[in-house]
Amino acid sequence: MEYLIGIQGPDFVLVAADNVAASSIIQMKHDYDKMFKLSEKILLLCVGEAGDTVQFAEYIQKNVQLYKMRNGYELSPSAAANFTRKNLADYLRSRTPYHVNLLLAGYDDTDGPGLYYMDYLSSLAKAPFAAHGYGAYLTLSILDRYYRPDLSRDEAVDLLKKCAEELNKRFILNLPSFTVRLIDKEGIHDLEKLTLGAK
Amino acid sequence: LAMASGSIPFPTSDCYNLRCSRLETSENNCGVPLHFFIPPLPHSSSFINTPLSSFCPPKNSMTVQKPFRLAHGTTTLGFIFQGGVIAAADTRASAGGLVACPAVHKITPIHSHLVVTSSGSGADCMLWERILIREIRLYQLRHGHRLSIRATAKLLSSMLHPFKGTEMCVALTLCGWDNGPKLIYVCSDGARLQGDVFSVGSGSPYAYGVLDRELRWSLSKGEAISLAREAVFRATHRDAYSGNNVDLFHITKSLESGNVLFDVVHQSRKSKRGKNKS
Repeated sequence: MEYLIGIQGPDFVLVAADNVAASSIIQMKHDYDKMFKLSEKILLLCVGEAGDTVQFAEYIQKNVQLYKMRNGYELSPSAAANFTRKNLADYLRSRTPYHVNLLLAGYDDTDGPGLYYMDYLSSLAKAPFAAHGYGAYLTLSILDRYYRPDLSRDEAVDLLKKCAEELNKRFILNLPSFTVRLIDKEGIHDLEKLTLGAK
Repeated sequence: LAMASGSIPFPTSDCYNLRCSRLETSENNCGVPLHFFIPPLPHSSSFINTPLSSFCPPKNSMTVQKPFRLAHGTTTLGFIFQGGVIAAADTRASAGGLVACPAVHKITPIHSHLVVTSSGSGADCMLWERILIREIRLYQLRHGHRLSIRATAKLLSSMLHPFKGTEMCVALTLCGWDNGPKLIYVCSDGARLQGDVFSVGSGSPYAYGVLDRELRWSLSKGEAISLAREAVFRATHRDAYSGNNVDLFHITKSLESGNVLFDVVHQSRKSKRGKNKS
């Protein structure tokens, strides 16, 4: 139902998420933002069960900000990803596991850009590109075919558009628009919302 | 709204789920006895729900034998337009195939600038409305100003969180005014959404159909009221579990002279025969 995608370039990470908040068969909102800003250069994209997404993502967000307040410097994306994974794993075998699928994208001043894929079983993988949701079945092969490690920003946005067009064409559910953001050494930039007309 | 007959026995075991431990540490447990607050044997719901499962009750009931299939029959809606916020709801409470009550108030004023429309289980909604009224009033008395509607929604969502995964079912829409019209949907699954138009309940798809066609920001007050009434009426026509009359509330910014802010446009207790149900 929900769709997340991330593409890492040589000095940036491009991420996009759909804008639909659904409740069974009804779209309750068409402009819902699924991205949570953990710090100046880290974004957490979160989909999954209704209340769990916001609760878990806000919990991680506040803890990352608390770390900065206590220690005077921010968590790196790799540390934030591992912290998130640890929390997800701790709750996994409790009575109240969080059923959320995540993408964490960030830019580290020393290590460069990073994209981390996490699923509800708290597996963590650093990947050059990743996607969540049923739409991932349709678009991962496009990413396999056209991705190169040295993509420019425009080429990455074009690759994202290819994926969105494929969803528009073949995915049974209507995902009319996507929020797109780009993270580089300057921080998080909002790009133009990707909207596709009906085919 | 669904009414369940029969009393739920209080759980006798002392081992309560840690999920509710947050309630134990909150001050005074909101004044409610702890064993009343903690749900019996909560279990986590499975994520892979069948598409219409939010309209069907969860199948596993480990403690209480349900006398009949509880249906969450209701049509409620709320939307924002240039003249404020409109909240509308039907007035039928169903218990399976029985109309338990044809004249239920599904829209409840919380304070002078906020109403809440309720759907889901009738008893749960009534309880949580009372708790919300109490908590908002306490906040106002303690801090000297009124809690904003977004904060009210977040407070309600946090109070409902320990019961996630149990059979409690409330889906409330907070419709109100603070520095502008606000409409926020809160449900016991944990969802909290702010938006311009929401419809909740078994009749909501039918109501959305009518609302989406004609809803605009620039509607006049009369047009907005008749649109809300029309949407609920069409939903009650198609949905078996919604019906009887239509309650309508219009919430607007307060007048400086401090007049009554609720414009109870159409609260009809009489059901008319014939095709016009409102």
